[in-house]
Parts: sequence; structure tokens; C-alpha cells
Amino acid sequence: MSLQLFTLLALLTVAVFLLARGRARAIERRVGQRLHSRPAYHGLLAALWCLIPALLVILLLAGGESLVVERLVTAALPESMTQVSAFQYELLINDIKALASGNVVSRAVTPELESAAAHYSSLLDRAAIARLLASIGLALMGAFWIIGRVRPDFQARNQVESLVRALLILCSALAVLTTIGIVLSVLFEAIRFFQAVPIFDFLFGLKWSPQTAIRADQVGGSGSFGAIPVFAGTLLISAIALLVAVPVGLMSAIYLSEYAGRRFRAWAKPLLEILAGIPTVVYGFFAALTVAPSLRGLGESVGLQVSSESALAAGLVMGIMIIPFISSLSDDVINAVPQSLRDGSYGLGATRSETIRLVILPAALPGIVGSVLLAASRAIGETMIVVMAAGLAANLTANPLQTVSTVTVQIVTLLVGDQEFDSAKTLAAFALGLVLFLLTLVLNIIALVVVRRYREQYD
Amino acid sequence: MPNINQKQHRLEERLARRYRADRRFRRLGLLAVFFGLACVLLLFVSIFSRGYSAFWQTQIRLPFTLTTESLKINSASELNRADYNGLVKQTLRTLFPEVKKRQEKRELYGLISTGAAHQIRELLLADPSLLGETIELWVPADDDVDMLFKGKINRNLAENERRISDLEMAWLDVLDGQDRVQKVFNRTFFTAGDSREPELAGIRGAVTGSFYTLLVTLALSFPIGVASAVYLEEFAPRNRLTDLIEVNINNLAAVPSIVFGLLGLAVFINFFGIPRSVPLVGGLVLTLMTLPTIIIASRAALRAVPPSIREAALGVGASRLQVVFHHVLPLAMPGMLTGTIIGMAQALGETAPLLMIGMVAFIVDIPGGLTDPATVLPVQIYLWADSPERAFLEKTSAAIMVLLLFLVFMNTAAILLRKQFERRW
Repeated sequence: MSLQLFTLLALLTVAVFLLARGRARAIERRVGQRLHSRPAYHGLLAALWCLIPALLVILLLAGGESLVVERLVTAALPESMTQVSAFQYELLINDIKALASGNVVSRAVTPELESAAAHYSSLLDRAAIARLLASIGLALMGAFWIIGRVRPDFQARNQVESLVRALLILCSALAVLTTIGIVLSVLFEAIRFFQAVPIFDFLFGLKWSPQTAIRADQVGGSGSFGAIPVFAGTLLISAIALLVAVPVGLMSAIYLSEYAGRRFRAWAKPLLEILAGIPTVVYGFFAALTVAPSLRGLGESVGLQVSSESALAAGLVMGIMIIPFISSLSDDVINAVPQSLRDGSYGLGATRSETIRLVILPAALPGIVGSVLLAASRAIGETMIVVMAAGLAANLTANPLQTVSTVTVQIVTLLVGDQEFDSAKTLAAFALGLVLFLLTLVLNIIALVVVRRYREQYD
Repeated sequence: MPNINQKQHRLEERLARRYRADRRFRRLGLLAVFFGLACVLLLFVSIFSRGYSAFWQTQIRLPFTLTTESLKINSASELNRADYNGLVKQTLRTLFPEVKKRQEKRELYGLISTGAAHQIRELLLADPSLLGETIELWVPADDDVDMLFKGKINRNLAENERRISDLEMAWLDVLDGQDRVQKVFNRTFFTAGDSREPELAGIRGAVTGSFYTLLVTLALSFPIGVASAVYLEEFAPRNRLTDLIEVNINNLAAVPSIVFGLLGLAVFINFFGIPRSVPLVGGLVLTLMTLPTIIIASRAALRAVPPSIREAALGVGASRLQVVFHHVLPLAMPGMLTGTIIGMAQALGETAPLLMIGMVAFIVDIPGGLTDPATVLPVQIYLWADSPERAFLEKTSAAIMVLLLFLVFMNTAAILLRKQFERRW
């Protein structure tokens, strides 16, 4: 349906373009003098006026349509069915939709339900027709309004330009909208979560077991949402990752920029950067099936008990993943240190390693700190490696051989496969998401400011 | 004199020590580089050594007697509901008439994949004239049999420690002795959707899902990314607002991908009511995720176009928009395309946000459009990696190899594009 609509709209736009351009050309020939704007601009303006309002209408309708249709359907149902809890209500809506599309329904099919389903599909059909008429009608109106205005002194180019400019601004505002969207969507759900679970208990509680009872009469965990074990696990794994990545990344950057010959550098650097291009799910597979079993075997041979989902395995592989982040960012900042500093140091008789350690690294330190912070933010937010190689049980421990859980693992397990949206369990995922977003935001901003300030220093 | 000698000696010693320290430092650096390279090597070797065998499949040749009696039907018109499973079992029983015990029979039937019955059905439905004949047909073996012939099950283990019993091994050796076992290129892996049976599972569904998802991502992120870059680089006044946008874009590039998944779940699924698990939502989420990459690359490409081009165009009377669209943009296009390809490669490998919007469902059918439930290649890898069957291990590795192949292809295209059109002004 929507595909046909879009095709129709695209064809219409092309037709309108050709029509308006043709008209402008005809006027040009008749008047015998050049128009203010080239004919193509008249065509473009008409096409834009045809396309943009129609698209806007389609978008707006798509947003509000399902809500209105749901309201209309349930309004026709007896009150005994609709005056129920929000969860039951959602179930009802789902059942009506399922029945309308011929799927399995979770309750006995009553005549009321059947008529509601029929009502629902007829309303959907009507909505589709309304959408078609509204969008095409608006497109035609816009197009003919412009085509009617084609005259020699009509400033079509200026109008096209201001329209295009507005579009450009809109596109670049999308980045801001995305951020606002992230903040709002995560914040609202998190606030709803904090109404059920006090924020203090969440931030400083020591026990994490989000298994809540779904029905009131169910025996089960009452659910405790103390996130300290989850935060501690995240920090433990990220710390292991940084312990691997910072020395290796930094030393490779130093070697490649200060010692390595041109040819060695030319093939070693891209090879190292392959590590940054490998999808994280591949690292997760590697961690779970290669690194974790061999660590376990290694531990057994020296008499250590290593969990098969140990923090060490996940941390090590995550460290490997962020080596290229640190090495290429550090490489940039080391290369940005002016040659004169090196020459001065050599002139005083320092060896190369002394120059690097005492002159270059201190000069490049802010940039290196920035790159480490960016890498830390990447490690904290990394999901697939920990989902596949770290555990679900949120133990509060500093022992890297044991299983720990992370913020991202909990978000994934709380949300995957769970259809019901209002339980404390699913909302907890958004609260964790909020913490994750804020934490990485702070790290990123500090890192960006540090790096930028540093770059300006030697420019 | 001894004093000076001593001093000289001390000086030399210290110099030697300093040089030793320098060499040590240098070796440490080299070690770090080689550690990184070793990791790359280890990663590839561990995946390739596990995965290459998935491109072959063990098949068993069986003589099927296709008669109305054997299929338990009355006439050819009932072919679509004949008992094909029974036919396979019957064929196996005739090959091994000595098997009588119920438990043993079940083991015998287990040698052949459940896909065999389906294969015969398709064959007969396509060509009903085969009815009444006896045909020799290669059918897929069960995944455990496959593992045995690929040498992934150790024949020397105690019987209760391996998935294939002594009896099954004896039957298989008989079949092998009659030339009834072969290993062929695994076409199923490329033509089938997901399945619970490893020998019937393929990546076509996931690859198609990835294709549709990336299609949406490309269609949205390229124009929007280029437009934002053009505005920020060519038109935007230097003020608070543009600063804010810039900081935003830089920050979004470093926001964890799973947060985009949360956004997608809350906005696209719960607010706009787009169904779960469809490539459309996946594409929208990945668009928001790849936009910063594309914008940053496109801005760099625009910045690389020298101002003289703009000034010349302005000088002959072009408007500012004409300057950009007729002169600057074509010159910056290769750089923008390179950035877009790299962003697409990122999107192709992304998993976490797609888990959030429900693209992890078990989907057998190959998706036919943007609003069909689908999964994508990395998510398929994640799902298979979680499966307990031994045979899914090699499938997972093979799927990773396919994914890496796509990524290598895309990145090579980006590098070539850059080499081809790179211009020094």
C-alpha cells in the first residue's frame, strides 16, 4: 500500500516538474525574452511544492492514525471489556489486531471481539483511502498553485533556494533531534521506573535480581533493583579492557610513529586497524568460544577455578577490540607534536626513548588522555562481547575469574523477548540506559574538549 | 689519571645503559605491534579453521521407491499430502532389514535429515511422472552424521561421550562402503532461511534482511548526511546554534549503539507503532547511528575543496546554492561516498540496537519487503552462537566468514574510490 502510494507520488512529482518546466519554456518562447529564473527552476519549485506537503501529511497521519483507530474501535466495545487495567487493555488491542489479520488470539473469540476486528479492518481501509486522497490532493494543489504562477518575473530560483536551504537546516537539526529523542525517551521511562523503585535504592542498592512476579498471586522474586553490582561489573570488565588496550595501543602508536620505517608502517598500521572494522558480534563469538575455554583450561592446569563466563575473557577480548582506537588516536597526537621539540631534545644528547618519554609523551599527554577516555566510553557501552561472553548473574566481586554482569547485558536481557512494556523490569532497562548514556556523555565531552584544546595548542 | 679513567668508564657505562634502555623500549614497542597483529591473525585463524567445513555437506544416497502404496495414497492427485516421512523410514528399513528393536529403529531414522521428506515432496510435486519409479536420490544427512564425516566427532571416544552410537557408526560405515555417502558443496547454506536443524539452516534470510535494512539506511542517511554536511560547512553562520549542532554530532558518534536501540524501541515502536522485527525500523535506527559518521566524513570532503573553486563560481555570477550544487558537491562526492560506504559497513556489522527492536526472532521465511519480519546477518550469528548443537558452531563461523567477506568488499571499494579520485589541490 505505502509502496504504491510512494511510487504514485514520485511519478506525480516528475510529471509536475516536466509540466512546469514546459510551461516556463513555452512562456519564454512566446514572450521572446529570458525569464528571471531558468525554466528548470520553475519545474523544481512546482515539484517541491508537490512532494513536501504530501510527505508531511503522510508522516503526520502515520503517527496519529493507529491511535485514533484504536480509540474508535474500543469506543464501540461494551465498557466491561474496556474498563480494565492498562496491561489488560493492551492485550485486548493486540487480540483485536491479531484477529483482524487472522492470527492466533489469546482469549475466546466472542461476537463482540469479531465485530471489533471487522470494525478495525474497515477503519484501517478507510484510513488508507483517506491518506491517499489527502496526500495526492495536497500534492496536486501545491503543484498547480505554482504552475499557475509561472511568469517571466516570477522569482522561482530564489524560492527554490530558500526552500532547499530550509531543508538543509532541517537535516542538520536532525542530529540535535536525535539527542533530544534519546534523552526524552530514556528519561521518561526512567522516571516511571523511579516512581516504582526509589532512585536511591537503584543507585546504591547492593542486590540486583530483576525477576518480578508478573501476576499478583505468583510466588517469585519481588525484584530488587540495586544496581551497584551491575556498575561494578561494568567497571571491572572495562578496567581489564583498558589494562590490555592502553599499554599495547600506546606502545604500538609510539613504535609506529617514532621508530618504524616507512614500509613497515605502511602495512602494519592498516593491518592493526582491521581490528576496528571487525563487527563486535564476531569478537563476542571469539571470546565465548576461543578465549573463555582456553582461559578455563589454563586456570585448571594451575589449579585455579575460572568461570566459563569470566570477566577476564570478556575484558581481554574487549581490550583487543579497542587497541586500534587508542593506537590511531595516539598516533595522531604524537604526530602533531612539532618536530622542533624532538630536535631540541636530540640536540641536548637525549636518546630516542628518553625523548619520547620525557618530551613527546608529556607534550602529547592531553591528547592521549582524551583517546583513553574515548576508549573507556567505548568499553562501557560495548554490548555484544559481554552479552555473549559475560554472565547474567550480577555478582559483586573484584575477582576477574568470576562471572560478573554489565549494564549493557542487563539492558539486553531485560528487553529482548519481553513484549509487555510497563513492568518495572522493562522500565529498569531504561533507567540503566539513562545511566549508560549520561556516563558515556560525560566521558565523551571531556575527551572531545581535551582533544580539541590540545590540537589548537600546536596549530 | 685513574680519576679521569674512572670517570670516562662511568660515563661509558651510563651511556651503554641508556642505549640498552632505548633498545628495550624499542623492542617493547615492536612487541606491542606484533601483539596486535597476532590478535588479528588469531581471530581470523580461529574463525576460518572452524568455519570452512560448513561449506561442505554430507549427503547420503538412498533408493526411494515412489509408488502409491509406499506413499500411502490412492492416486497421484493426493501427492501433496502423502506420507513422505514414512517413505524415508521405509527405505531405511529395507536397507537394514536386521534392525528390529524400536530404539534401534529410531536411531536408524535419525541418520537422515528431516529435510529428506521435504526434498522428495518437492521433487514429486514438480514432476508427478516419477510416481511408480525407483529413484536414487542424494538427501542431506543429519547434522551429527555430518559432524562425524567431517572428523569433528572423535570415533575413539567412549560411546556415551559422543553423539553417535557404535551402531550408527556401523550403519554409516556400511553405507560408506556402498558408495552411498558423499560430501558436496553446501548449497543449502546459501539458499535456505534459518532452521532448527543445522543441516537445513542457511543464511539467505539473514542476508536478505540485511539487504533491506541497509537499503533503508542508505536511502535515508546518505541524503540527510550530505545535506547536513553541506549546511554546516557551506552555509551555517558561526554561532551558538551551529556550535551546539557540531558538539551534538561529535557526541552522537560516540554514544553506545545500544542506546540507539532504546531510542528505536521507545520512539519508532512504542510511539509511532511500527511493528517489531521489521527491516524498516532496523534501517531507521541504523540511519540515526551512521549519520554522524557520514556527516563527519562529508564535512572533511567539503573542506578539502579549495576556496578558489567557490570564488571563481561566485565571480561568474552563480548563486551560493549553485556554487555548492554545481561545483563544490561534485568535487567532494568521492570523499562523501567513501564515508558513506564506511558508515554502511559499520551498519552492516551492528547487532546490539537491532536486538532491542526485536530483530532476534526465529524467522524461517525469507523476508520479501521492508515490513516483513526479518533478521540480519550479525544477529543470525548471535542466534546461532547461542545454539547448543555442535553443528551450529561451524555454521556460525561460516556466517562470520560471509559477513567479513562483505565487509572486506565494502572497505576495499572505499579505499579504491579514495585512491581513484583523491586529488591534491
